Amino acid sequence: MLLNINNLHVSINGKEILKGLNLRVNQGEVHAIMGPNGTGKSTLAAAITGRDGYEITQGEIWFKEELINEMLPNERANKGVFLSFQYPVEIPGVSMTNFMRTALNAKHEFEGLPIVTAGEFLKKMELKKQLVDIQAKLNNRSVNEGFSGGEKKKNEIFQMAMLEPTLAILDETDSGLDIDALKVVAKGVNALRSNDNGFVVITHYQRLLDFIIPDFVHVMYDGRIVKSGGKELAFELEEKGYDWLK
Amino acid sequence: MSEDKDQNNILEEVTSKEYQYGFYTNIEMDTAAVGLTEETIRFISDKKNEPDWLLEFRLKAFHHWLTIEEPTWAHLHHPPIKYQDIIYYAAPKKKKQLESLDEVDPELLDTFKKLGISLEEQKVLSGVAVDAVIDSVSVKTTFRETLSKHGIIFCSFSEAVQEYPELVKKYMGSVVPYRDNFFAALNSAVFSDGSFCYIPKGVRCPMELSTYFRINAANTGQFERTLLVADEGAYVSYLEGCTAPQRDENQLHAAIVEIIAETGAEVKYSTVQNWYPGDKNGKGGIYNFVTKRGICKGDHSKISWTQVETGSAITWKYPSCILKGDHSIGEFYSVAVTNHYQQADTGTKMIHLGKNTKSTIISKGISAGFSNNSYRGMVRIAKKASNSRNFSQCDSLLLGSKCGAHTFPYINTGNETSVVEHEATTSKISEDQLFYCQQRGIDSEKAIGLIVNGYAKEVLNKLPMEFAVEAQKLLAITLEGSVG
Repeated sequence: MLLNINNLHVSINGKEILKGLNLRVNQGEVHAIMGPNGTGKSTLAAAITGRDGYEITQGEIWFKEELINEMLPNERANKGVFLSFQYPVEIPGVSMTNFMRTALNAKHEFEGLPIVTAGEFLKKMELKKQLVDIQAKLNNRSVNEGFSGGEKKKNEIFQMAMLEPTLAILDETDSGLDIDALKVVAKGVNALRSNDNGFVVITHYQRLLDFIIPDFVHVMYDGRIVKSGGKELAFELEEKGYDWLK
Repeated sequence: MSEDKDQNNILEEVTSKEYQYGFYTNIEMDTAAVGLTEETIRFISDKKNEPDWLLEFRLKAFHHWLTIEEPTWAHLHHPPIKYQDIIYYAAPKKKKQLESLDEVDPELLDTFKKLGISLEEQKVLSGVAVDAVIDSVSVKTTFRETLSKHGIIFCSFSEAVQEYPELVKKYMGSVVPYRDNFFAALNSAVFSDGSFCYIPKGVRCPMELSTYFRINAANTGQFERTLLVADEGAYVSYLEGCTAPQRDENQLHAAIVEIIAETGAEVKYSTVQNWYPGDKNGKGGIYNFVTKRGICKGDHSKISWTQVETGSAITWKYPSCILKGDHSIGEFYSVAVTNHYQQADTGTKMIHLGKNTKSTIISKGISAGFSNNSYRGMVRIAKKASNSRNFSQCDSLLLGSKCGAHTFPYINTGNETSVVEHEATTSKISEDQLFYCQQRGIDSEKAIGLIVNGYAKEVLNKLPMEFAVEAQKLLAITLEGSVG
């Protein structure tokens, strides 16, 4: 099993946000997490990736049979957990090339692999750009600086392609995207789907799930998953809204 | 003070007074007595076999120094410096030679390794006896031969005094007169040695004057004096300092750098300063009080200062440009990093005297720990300096919440055709940026290095290529341990 979350309770500044959440994701599966605002969807992403300030008060997060509750964020990342940010962060003056190369080398170092040469790296960058169909000239631009909303999200998918995670969490990747950008992003994600990795797709709207077809859909409400089902659950939610689940 | 008066002061100071202070006695000993008296100065001058005019210069400086007080306007705090407890001259002591790198402080070696300094250079820097095979002497000789082919003079200040007294006499004190400030007066009285460089008319120095200097860097003195003259149409890129950590038993450093750019000349002066900053609790460390100034004497001349300041417990330093020639250009690019209990008060002065003069100031301060980092800059445009321009950008980056960043800009525009622009920002390395990097697998130390280098990129890009790479590593190392 890729991800196994048991009875997870998470607090921010002493306020409990997740109140006993359970989730299991196997390799090859795509899970969609839906739900109204403020139910703890992004908190779940932050807890899995180990963000500071998100205190696990109870429960466990297992990643590939390893308890990761206390693990540093960069270790989790190097073990294969990737988060596509809802609001990708700008890092002025740091080129995408430099940033990605540093990240990739950190992973290589972690895995005991040799450092990637500049040549190998640039080749890989081109290859992955094609794979996720990103035309933009990224190399010399600073990380996310001056990127449009769509470019930022595409850039997240590109980074995912570069780092080849086994578990990818997409946090509201569809927010702020027009339909064309959405299609590009979804295409990228679909290109990266395989039997070896799993996806947790957090979204507010059913729209994204027209393009990234989930195997399972979960509805979050008040810090818990209150209903799970197949992809048809997403359509039901689209039709009826969330109120009937409260 | 009006600009013209200021200018006159600067230009006429040296020739102003006649020598009036008695005769000198010859004393036979190797180390001056503790403290600073006229005798100390005569002793130093005698040891260096200096001509009378230089002794006179020193004595005038000393007597002026006696009448003035240490400046207190900087945003710096330190216990009083006991000037009479310092030994102002000691015959160059031979450092204890170590047999191998195994005897060197492992922490120091670790830093060398991180900076990517070659093994042989590590030995030179840490005082290990170097094999005859790669003697720095032959390297030096090669440099000298190349330089002399172009008529370039590059030697120690003492040598210059002996061999090129006319040049030294003409230019020394013409940009930084001994009356300039307390530390300049002190340096002028007791300076031990330094560098002299002269690029003749129309000559473009064929190499960065850097590698040579780095070999010498281990012997850098306490009261250095550098004089750099670029004659008409000449060009030189000069690099001072070293990324490797420099330790010195002398706590007080007061150097002077003077640059003269004649008509159409261009001087690019880059510094990487990494003196011992004291320990994590703020104990020890170098007090660095430096006066650096250049004059764009002729029309269409240019002086560009680039500095990366990471060391010293206290940094007091304002590399400045006097833009006297019409159409002359002054530039100042600075990255100053302070961590732990370090204090830096640094910036520049751009004094526009000529018409159509232009200056650019880019200052990037980075503070961490309990440190204090101040930018202090003055832009002064004289009445006659019509159509002049200045652009200043002063950014501060804070790591943590216990450090301080301060900006003290002084702007004085004397005419209506000139334009002065000043931009300032203060930012923090956000928790968002750190987490973003960590989520991509980059640990927090590396992430800080990455973010800080991105922030300072504009300035680092101005450094000579080879040094830029080392400076990048240096920034990251300086800030190690600044996030918990």
